[in-house]
Amino acid sequence: MYPFTYQRATGLAEAVAGLKADPQAKAIAGGMTLLPSMKHRLAAPSSLIDIARLAELRGIRRDGNSLVVGAATRHNELTADPIAQSAIAALARLAGLIGDPQVRARGTLGGSVANNDPAADYPAAVLACRAQIVTDRRSIAADEFFQGMFTTALAPDELITAIRFECPRRAAYAKFAQAASGYAMTGVFVAQFDDAVRVAVTGAGPSVFRWEAAERALSATFSVGALDALSMPASGLNADQHAPADYRAHLVKLMTLRAVADITGATA
Amino acid sequence: MNIELTVNGQARSVQCEERTLLADLLRDSLGLTGTHIGCDTSQCGCCTVHVDGQAVKSCTMLAAQADGCDIVTIEGLAKGERLHAVQQAFSACHGLQCGFCTPGMIMASVDLLKRHPEPTDEQITEGLAGNLCRCTGYVNIVAAVKTAALQINAGASQGARS
Repeated sequence: MYPFTYQRATGLAEAVAGLKADPQAKAIAGGMTLLPSMKHRLAAPSSLIDIARLAELRGIRRDGNSLVVGAATRHNELTADPIAQSAIAALARLAGLIGDPQVRARGTLGGSVANNDPAADYPAAVLACRAQIVTDRRSIAADEFFQGMFTTALAPDELITAIRFECPRRAAYAKFAQAASGYAMTGVFVAQFDDAVRVAVTGAGPSVFRWEAAERALSATFSVGALDALSMPASGLNADQHAPADYRAHLVKLMTLRAVADITGATA
Repeated sequence: MNIELTVNGQARSVQCEERTLLADLLRDSLGLTGTHIGCDTSQCGCCTVHVDGQAVKSCTMLAAQADGCDIVTIEGLAKGERLHAVQQAFSACHGLQCGFCTPGMIMASVDLLKRHPEPTDEQITEGLAGNLCRCTGYVNIVAAVKTAALQINAGASQGARS
């Protein structure tokens, strides 16, 4: 890693001011992506502002039909949290599928969402659960937040403080993990609300996206059979040494089937 | 910069660079070379230590992030000459071959046994998902974790009776 300065922020305003003052500065929480990127010299911030312990970014609470999770919540905290488990069990389970136990003890919800890795798990839950991304200055709907590979609506000096998930009536996440990295080759989060069904896909495309044809079919009839006639087009999907685009397209349908089966108790 | 932390029960004050990794601080500044660096890319888990009671990969944490934290390394597990039950079990079950991954395997095993005192094979496999062994094929490692669990639980129930 190239040298940098390090500062532990004592408050959210101080952290934001630090980012504003130095465009080359970066916020660090768990650092599970940032530190490896810095070791590989893919990132070389002039300064790291540590926000992991900020009280403003902590806490998990139920607010009406929303689950509000602080940005600095670590993956293993979300997995084990009784409020999260009862509000959106599929989200708590998803957090337990990220990385490995040591990574889950450090990595944070806000860090993962701000990074928007195309194969990260959380963005699927955020998009499917009609979440609002709450920052130090505004609230952004998930549909506007994820803008492309590693790209979000966040300003360079803007920090996520919490994610406000809308609690679905029923939900499930099905993931096909890349065997070595554990990242989602394809992961699908299906959330059924009273007025809509949302199907969010991660790992398959350049950024998380909604499979709207599946949403329409499942809104009409919420069953695995409703997906029979559908297939995911392969064009525009990711292709790499692990899987060509048509294989990922196949996985999108398969993971959607598995998530719906998980919810309805059918077999996929 | 100056870092204050507790390592294996001892308060330490250490000078380091901002970019110093916790693993390097432990090994180079404090001489605790039991924490191994196998890959330096957070894949292998050889560098696993406990930070405030949780297993983490010390090659993917800045020493600066550990300022004020309570650290336990492999050197802090034994009580004098008496090995920790997990160390004993890895020895008894031959849960190692070359031994390079062993400190990390043991620190991760101690962590997983706190969460799952009577672990199933699946919980052990999942709990050690962040640790790679390139020699043994894991069979004896899983046996060692099970053996350690039995010993720890027997010790706990004996303690409760006395």
